[in-house]
Amino acid sequence: MDILQLLIILPIITIFGMIVAKKELLIKSIALAGSSLQLILSIIITVLYVQIRQAGVTDQFLFQSSYIWFEPLKIYFSSGIDGISLVMILMTALVVLAGVLVSWKINKQVKEFFFLLIVLSLSAYGFFMTTNLFVMFFFLELAVIPKFLLIGMWGSGQKKYSSMKLALMLMAGSALVFLGMIGLFYASGMQSWDIQDIAKLNIPIATQRVLYLLLFTGFGIFTAMFPFHTWAPDGHSSAPTAASMFLAGISMKLGAYGCLRVATYLLPDAAQELSWIFIILASIAIIYGAFATMMQKDLKYMNAYSSVSHVGFIILGIAMLTKIAITGAVMQMVSHGLMTALFFAAIGMIYDRTHTRQVNELGGMLKQIPFIGSAFIISGLTSLGLPGFSGFVSEMTIFIGSWERTGIFYRSATILAAASIVVTAVYILRAIGFAIWGSVTNKDFLKLKDATWSERTATVLLVAGILLIGLAPFLFVHLIDMDTTTIYHKLISNVIVH
Amino acid sequence: MDNVLLFRFEIIIAVLILALLIMSLRDFNTKVTAFLGTMNVLLLVNFIVGWLPMYTGSYFSGFFRTTDLIVFEKNILNLGILLISLTSYQWLKQSEHRLEFYFLMLSSIMGVFVMLSSGHILMLYLGIEMSTIPIAALSNFNLDEKRSSEAGLKLILLSAFSTGIMLFGISLLYGAVGNLSFQSVIANLHPNMLTIFAFTFIMAGVAFKMSIVPFHLWTADVYEGSPIAVTNFLSVISKGSVVFVFLTILYSLFGGLKEEWLYAICILSILSMTVGNLFALRQQNAKRFLAFSSISQVGFVLVGVAGASVMGSTAVVYFILIYLLSNIAAFGVIGAMADTTGSESLQSFKGLYKSNPFYALFMVVALFSLAGIPPIAGFFGKLFLLTAGLNSKLYILLGFAGVNLVLSLYNYLRVVKYMFIDEAVETIPPLKRNKQLTIALVTCIIGLLIIGFIPAIYQYIDQVCRM
Repeated sequence: MDILQLLIILPIITIFGMIVAKKELLIKSIALAGSSLQLILSIIITVLYVQIRQAGVTDQFLFQSSYIWFEPLKIYFSSGIDGISLVMILMTALVVLAGVLVSWKINKQVKEFFFLLIVLSLSAYGFFMTTNLFVMFFFLELAVIPKFLLIGMWGSGQKKYSSMKLALMLMAGSALVFLGMIGLFYASGMQSWDIQDIAKLNIPIATQRVLYLLLFTGFGIFTAMFPFHTWAPDGHSSAPTAASMFLAGISMKLGAYGCLRVATYLLPDAAQELSWIFIILASIAIIYGAFATMMQKDLKYMNAYSSVSHVGFIILGIAMLTKIAITGAVMQMVSHGLMTALFFAAIGMIYDRTHTRQVNELGGMLKQIPFIGSAFIISGLTSLGLPGFSGFVSEMTIFIGSWERTGIFYRSATILAAASIVVTAVYILRAIGFAIWGSVTNKDFLKLKDATWSERTATVLLVAGILLIGLAPFLFVHLIDMDTTTIYHKLISNVIVH
Repeated sequence: MDNVLLFRFEIIIAVLILALLIMSLRDFNTKVTAFLGTMNVLLLVNFIVGWLPMYTGSYFSGFFRTTDLIVFEKNILNLGILLISLTSYQWLKQSEHRLEFYFLMLSSIMGVFVMLSSGHILMLYLGIEMSTIPIAALSNFNLDEKRSSEAGLKLILLSAFSTGIMLFGISLLYGAVGNLSFQSVIANLHPNMLTIFAFTFIMAGVAFKMSIVPFHLWTADVYEGSPIAVTNFLSVISKGSVVFVFLTILYSLFGGLKEEWLYAICILSILSMTVGNLFALRQQNAKRFLAFSSISQVGFVLVGVAGASVMGSTAVVYFILIYLLSNIAAFGVIGAMADTTGSESLQSFKGLYKSNPFYALFMVVALFSLAGIPPIAGFFGKLFLLTAGLNSKLYILLGFAGVNLVLSLYNYLRVVKYMFIDEAVETIPPLKRNKQLTIALVTCIIGLLIIGFIPAIYQYIDQVCRM
């Protein structure tokens, strides 16, 4: 057993610990301990990873190992990470820990809640660390049902409708993904599900076209790509805080990672030929998401639609197929993961205290609950791309990368995407202005208490992540540089087979 | 002696049946607990003995044959009857005719074993008949209930009709080939009008037993009318065994007509999946719901069958094993529910998690297995079927399978929603427990949770399918 397997063994141990535990506080503590250890573990892996890379090892995936699972079908439980999966794992660990902290006050069916939360995190780790497509799919689908139950059992509002819609749409996405993956398996002559083996093949262009559309659309549904984004606003608005954080922070990134690693990297020729479709969809999502956000009065709906717009940037970056754009997309995945988690956490904290999420019913939050108010402002500013925060760096990188593509089509997509920032500024500043600044409109708000220790810790963790990327993006780029280069080279150097 | 041992499975079942006759002479069945306990122990012994090393070969000039695959299939079915006997403990305790239940069930299993081992079409026919007629009597088991008699009558009439059609097909095949032993059929079968007709009629007969759409019309009514234990038997043992035989019929017997049957299977598969799932959408009776669910599951099986490869038959056998455990667990919970609340409606499951968390969890594992949700075994079963299905390059079939994955998820999630999210209409009392049911449910659930993570099982099936 090597260190990478610990990433999924640790959550499994946590889960068993929680099942055995009886007292609520004990269950919460086990979940907290488990997710903290997981964060420490991810940091250790990062350090080791950097050391190995500095020693000059140029393998695409490090910490590789492989266990037999279904030998006749060539399914192996193989793991291995590169820089891109590494940053995703770090981001996951951070968001899960923050999610556990934010849910500290949950008192209804505590065991089930944390159980599902840790299962979700398990699925994300497994997804990012494996190199076998079947295993990847296993973990992708493992994440669907916990979301359904989290929203259905602890949610609010139209929870039954939202949870069912989410589960069915994601299942549809995974069905497409699986069909695409079987296609890749057959394309390898039924020899391998492994990303590294499939990357060496020259798949005929006709097959690539079909598989690319299947896989990109399938993963796109997980990413809430327009026009398959409709599960996201409903799901987010009904979900409990931690589930929203997870949904937008990590779950959508599973899809984005898949779009990059599976659809684009393994099917380079089709990507060159067909990525214009997704550029159009991403541009629509960016603009439509931004304008839809302007119309929202509910803070959670607001952040959900703005997420649709922000993940549009990720899709745009991936579909532009230049090295800088892909780097930007990866950065945006992490940045949006942290930022949106912080946003949902802040909204959740405000809602827990005021029992409303309507912008016009709030006001004066900064005065009454300054810590939470500040958290809200920071996430808002990150979202609108203020320099110094991670949002600025990643969006800027995507725009620069997209601008490299000449031609009226690519240029206009880039310009449209960049223009959406203005709209973002409008809705963010308006929300901050009404809800956070302004005067206290409701007398009940005078008695509000500011964040508890767990909420403070969660906020600090997420803000630290955001600032780290925002202020020292070179560290981040350094981690993933080799891997984006690999992907880029694969994209431009493939020989098309007819 | 070796040759007699080829019949080991059948002999043991025959001995059990004779033992039942002796028991009835001595009125042993009136001592309820002792009788049921003895039966469960005997079935357990039967199951364990099945795993002893076994000769393979053929006898009666090829009428009867045994291979490792057939032995494995019989073992799966032995496990099935053991679990069904355990889950229906409470019901059998109350029923007066418990001895007759075992008698009929074992007779049917005898027919199933003969059918699986047949090496000659007449033997196959004999087996199918022998396995069906006792089931008709079983469906009619609740003598004072009208629906139960309706179920029995429906099953026997339609079954006779379908067997008639099948016999007609067999006679056509005899006309075309001149001999009915499997070997000579395989050797002399050529695609022409006559053999295609023969295939169509035989296929219709078998499709009826598997309740493939459009031969499914009896399923929902019979499932609803029969006692739960019998429904369980129908949906698991009788369906599963015919699926096994179906593989032999298609792959070896009519292997020469592959080009022709491939499209037929494809259409039947699409119809079964879609109709099964669409009709399940609105069902409120738990047994009707599972009836349509089982129709759609057979549709999925056909996707794997259409793969027409070793991978396909491996996937089918693997899936049936998992399907057996899932369905028995689901019926077990429904049975416990019906024993306590007297209701078989899905509505009565509302809020089950709050009052009976364990039963709700058992049910959820069973349903997720049927829906194909990881990490439960059904996920692997279903995906391997799809993987095998691509082998024949029927992309439309795969597309429909994808759509049906979503539809079926909706069906099963609906029940999960009732149990976990909805509030109870009236509080459900703690369900009656008994050791036997718990043992059976726990076995099923543990099986479902670990099968996917024991590579040896799939590997073994793959190995015996290759032989």
